[in-house]
Amino acid sequence: MPIRRILIANRGEIAVRVIRTCKALGIETVLAASEADLGSLGARLADRTLCIGPPPSTQSYLKVETVVQAALGSGCDAIHPGYGFLSERAALAALCEAEGVTFIGPTSAQIEAVGDKLRARAEAEAAGVPTAPGGSVGSLDEARALGARIGAPILVKAVGGGGGRGMKRVDRLEDLPEAMSLASAEAGAAFGDERVYLERFVARGRHVEVQVLGDGAGQVVHLGERDCSVQRRYQKLIEETPAPGLSDDFRAAIRKAAVRFGEHLNYRGAGTVEFLVDVEREEFYFLEMNARIQVEHPVTEMVTGADLVAEQIAVADGQGLRISQEDVRLRGAAIECRINAEDPARDFAPSPGRVLEAAWPSGPGIRVDSHIVSGAMVPPYYDSLMAKIIAHGPDRQTALARLRKALAETHIEGVTTNIGFHARVLADPEFARGGVDTAYLPRFLERGPIPVEA
Amino acid sequence: MSLTAKDVSEIMRLLEESSFEELSLETDGLKLRLRKGGGAAGPAFAEPERLPGPPKAIEPPKAEAAAAAPARPAASAAGPGVTDVPAPLLGVFYRAPKPGEAPFVEVGSRVEEDTVIAIIEVMKLMNSVRAGVKGEVVEILAQNGALVEYGEPLIRVKETA
Repeated sequence: MPIRRILIANRGEIAVRVIRTCKALGIETVLAASEADLGSLGARLADRTLCIGPPPSTQSYLKVETVVQAALGSGCDAIHPGYGFLSERAALAALCEAEGVTFIGPTSAQIEAVGDKLRARAEAEAAGVPTAPGGSVGSLDEARALGARIGAPILVKAVGGGGGRGMKRVDRLEDLPEAMSLASAEAGAAFGDERVYLERFVARGRHVEVQVLGDGAGQVVHLGERDCSVQRRYQKLIEETPAPGLSDDFRAAIRKAAVRFGEHLNYRGAGTVEFLVDVEREEFYFLEMNARIQVEHPVTEMVTGADLVAEQIAVADGQGLRISQEDVRLRGAAIECRINAEDPARDFAPSPGRVLEAAWPSGPGIRVDSHIVSGAMVPPYYDSLMAKIIAHGPDRQTALARLRKALAETHIEGVTTNIGFHARVLADPEFARGGVDTAYLPRFLERGPIPVEA
Repeated sequence: MSLTAKDVSEIMRLLEESSFEELSLETDGLKLRLRKGGGAAGPAFAEPERLPGPPKAIEPPKAEAAAAAPARPAASAAGPGVTDVPAPLLGVFYRAPKPGEAPFVEVGSRVEEDTVIAIIEVMKLMNSVRAGVKGEVVEILAQNGALVEYGEPLIRVKETA
């Protein structure tokens, strides 16, 4: 049965992004919004908006039953979960499967397979995808033995973790017991799962991820890779494609590994396989798979011309893969800056509030994904992402020049943003050269105080 | 003296962070009155945002500016002493405990704060809705078996002491 009406179980720019594609496809949209988002751009663009609860996300966006009830009660045949919130909760996918609502994403079993870090690692090994030396440890003795084999420095990571929580770095093997108990306690508090595992710490690493699309029956294609090494505390700030400075062989190998992983899972829909690139050893290791559309997907869309949300919907609709690997042409380079309502001069503290004026850039090769218009509210309950500014060009240098101009053209009043900070990073010769590692941004921040935003 | 949009937004922020509810500022040719939460109780951020158009705070300074977020509109045209009972959660509204049984309340029924007036089903889970006010039911607003949103008015009650 073709998808005719989609419930969007998300907010912010991604809700707007999904609604726009639905409109282009002639699909009706129902936005499930919290009370804080009833006046948002998404609510204005959707055919219908349902208030699913009060502002705190635990009482609205994170309620699985309420979201499915909203879909059933409003005659939606499918749910698009966006990213974050319920997008990688197997419980939502499972309830959709039980109720006959199409979940626009992978199966609940696939979400479970990649949601557990240790299991994902085992799946990677089974698929012949390289993982960083390490593994699970059931006791301290096991940890000591494995630690000795890997050699310091080591990362202690939470099995159920993500975003840097429940992760500890150990520089001397004798510190392993203490780090294990700390990471375990943190993981228990944050994810309700105390299990931890060990992995080699890569001194100079780059974060490179591959966009894949699967039909759910074993066919998987890739749409190139993205480099997301510009991170602060595991939060990505700037993403680009292609990853600068990789050899053709290396690039081909990492893309093939991602496809192999997707094929191994019979992966359905859009997903991202993340790798850590060990710059010194010239190796890459599987990190994790994100079973959803990713924040930074527009850079891939800019160079491929594909509409990833439309492809997600097509796969969910049973149309299979409409893109073959031969169809995927990667043209030029694209770079994205995440514009957040946060104050770099105050340790990037969130700065929610009312946006008095918002003027976004435009021009050749420029794309802005945003829900923020003049008068819009950045509520304090959710993440502070206001917009993504993306620049595309025939080569990286052109894309970078366009992005710099675009940032200069952007004007936001009412809330403090990180636009000025982005401009300084883009002007930095080290970033301009390309291929920075994940320690680049912390180094950049250590160079001097951040000027107060005007 | 005149204030720029930036000044007003700075003043708004200061008020937001202060323990005061209201601020009046009068200088030559300018009268500015700001109130937190648009007059409603509770934090101003809890107010739903309303688009389009910039907030009134950036109108020319001569005008009286109400800068706080607009208050959440009254759920109905309910007059004084009349209250609309809102849905405490999104779900399917049922007036009776089971199909074919008598409704919990009818127009003319007397309700106390803890009187159950309806149930709201969320994925086969039945949630009782209590009146929360004391008085007489004057109107049933929501339709039996229909999806109601969070905050949607269900019944109208004329309050009594």
